Amino acid sequence: VVLVAANPHREAEHMSPRAVDERLLGRAHEPRNERLYRRMRFIRRFEETLLGLFEQGELNGTTHACIGQEANCVAVMEHLREGDHIFSNHRCHGHYLAHSGDAFGLLTEIMGKDAGICRGLGGSQHICAPGFKSNGVQGGIVPAAAGIALASKLAGADAISTVFIGDGTLGEGVVYESLNVAALWALPLLVVCEDNAWAQSTPVSANLAGSMRRRFGAFGIPVREIDSTDVIELDDAAGAEIAALREHSGPRVLLIHTYRLCHHSKNDDDRPAAEVEARWLVEPLALHGKRLTESDRRAIDADVEAGLADVVATARASS
Amino acid sequence: MIFARELGAALRACLEKDPRVILLGEDIVDPYGGAFKVTRGLSTDFPDRVRSTPISEGAIVGLSAGLALAGWRPIAEIMFGDFLTLTFDQVVNHITKYEAMYAGQATCPVIIRTPSGGHRGYGPTHSQSLEKHFVGVPHLKVLAASLVHDPGSILDGLLAKSAPALYIEHKLLYPENLTLPQHGRVGDLLATTESALGEPPTVCLSAVPRERCELTVLAYGYQATLAARVVQRLAVEEEIFAELLVPSQISPMDWSPVENSVRATGALLTVEEGTEGWSWGTEAAAVISRTLFGRLRQPVEVVASKPDIIPSSKQKESNMLVGAERIDAAIRKAAA
Repeated sequence: VVLVAANPHREAEHMSPRAVDERLLGRAHEPRNERLYRRMRFIRRFEETLLGLFEQGELNGTTHACIGQEANCVAVMEHLREGDHIFSNHRCHGHYLAHSGDAFGLLTEIMGKDAGICRGLGGSQHICAPGFKSNGVQGGIVPAAAGIALASKLAGADAISTVFIGDGTLGEGVVYESLNVAALWALPLLVVCEDNAWAQSTPVSANLAGSMRRRFGAFGIPVREIDSTDVIELDDAAGAEIAALREHSGPRVLLIHTYRLCHHSKNDDDRPAAEVEARWLVEPLALHGKRLTESDRRAIDADVEAGLADVVATARASS
Repeated sequence: MIFARELGAALRACLEKDPRVILLGEDIVDPYGGAFKVTRGLSTDFPDRVRSTPISEGAIVGLSAGLALAGWRPIAEIMFGDFLTLTFDQVVNHITKYEAMYAGQATCPVIIRTPSGGHRGYGPTHSQSLEKHFVGVPHLKVLAASLVHDPGSILDGLLAKSAPALYIEHKLLYPENLTLPQHGRVGDLLATTESALGEPPTVCLSAVPRERCELTVLAYGYQATLAARVVQRLAVEEEIFAELLVPSQISPMDWSPVENSVRATGALLTVEEGTEGWSWGTEAAAVISRTLFGRLRQPVEVVASKPDIIPSSKQKESNMLVGAERIDAAIRKAAA
């Protein structure tokens, strides 16, 4: 059996016009610390720009920003390679941008333009690009991620499938059906569970009985649990998990305790202000930014601003 | 050969011809070979591609979605059509969405096949015909097995396309022999077929040529088998002549064979085993009333089961479900 991505020609066609801007994704031979910072800054500013455009009435519909969770996206993508598949959820911008750098495609998609990744049909939550798919129903894409992992295994390929879920997704039954099959059939599936403490407006304590870790453990699936917003720690953890997944058969879970600093969607945040403020002190950019010199940091910030300004201008001018 | 074996042979042919075909379902491997034995023998010969799963209908169809996105051609068996409800999110929000919402950048050609229907005394949750909840789902093909359609051709047709599909197999068809049209006949009835290019045909059955028929009967699946018997008996015993149309694909519907027939007969009666109201038949009534309003002598008659649970008791079940008696009475009334 020769495995091919669906419609490879269309995907290849789709790729060509989207040159990656090194101001956003990383300059050649850039040291790791700077690259990680730049990518997180890119995602942060993309989300802030987007929320600004919504406020100005330039965008229609809804969005779910990942402000505060940028380190997870960037760290995991550091270790995925061509042929791997990524599945994401409603909060998918960071995953997509860390994977592809395609800010123009995503912004025009959210603007509803033909230039968008899915010609404006999918919008913020429904993204498809080579090796990447997202959907807006909680947990429903997890069995598809397991299915692609099965395809990879049956084809004898060494590609892995990665699916991002959140703490709230752990309420969905099909997640457990999928974990069970993935464990039984030793599928190359990495589940990245981003526990950001709140499922929309409901705290984890009101949503989840028992132990998050033991839920995965019940299927005999190894879990690496990390409570951090430090991209270096997350990068190391993701690297170790993905290396282990490539080496041994069977699914693995990277359980990241993190925090969402923004609204769930737009103007819908009733969490205690003090709680959110405390988390701003340990947000990923602040933590990791300390490892860079101020001048390097400023240079990267300026790069990202200029790159994103170009993206916004080009997107506005596109049809 | 009985339908269950024909279908098993058709699935075997798919596995042989196309290395991308993979079968997933509950209890489908040997020696058990599926609750209705359709897949018996297949896992022995294709152990990697015929796989029994845990009791997880959402995951069966969701895994199939992932396989299909990766270029495979999964055929998922849902043990009883009643359990399709557990796949509904995967069908409505995932499988049928991907190609369209991703602007054609992905296809998700999952085929789901499932035994459905009653008259077996299995009771409220193992007897239903739930396809009314799936017809009309955009980008989903819903097909119904019948004794006048070759399951091999239907599967080949689906595998030649990339649309997701639900294939409904009424349980009472499994032990029956296929009666495919041969030399313009099915048994004592005249048989013609009409089909849009590349689509499975609608089989038209009648005792006399269409021009002499006073009523068009539209039915699929096992109800088409019952309706064919009634149509034949009424022709012989009562000289009531109806033309029975048996489509294979019930959604989206190619209405042109129905319109061609109704243009000649001036009356339409639909039959389905699902519960009445908001149904396939009411859609047929809406469409034909719109396109052939001036040609209808009478309102379209829709025959369906009562809007109730399906009782386990044999007598109570047959009172509730559409059967030959109700079809007989409805045809007599419509032709009166």
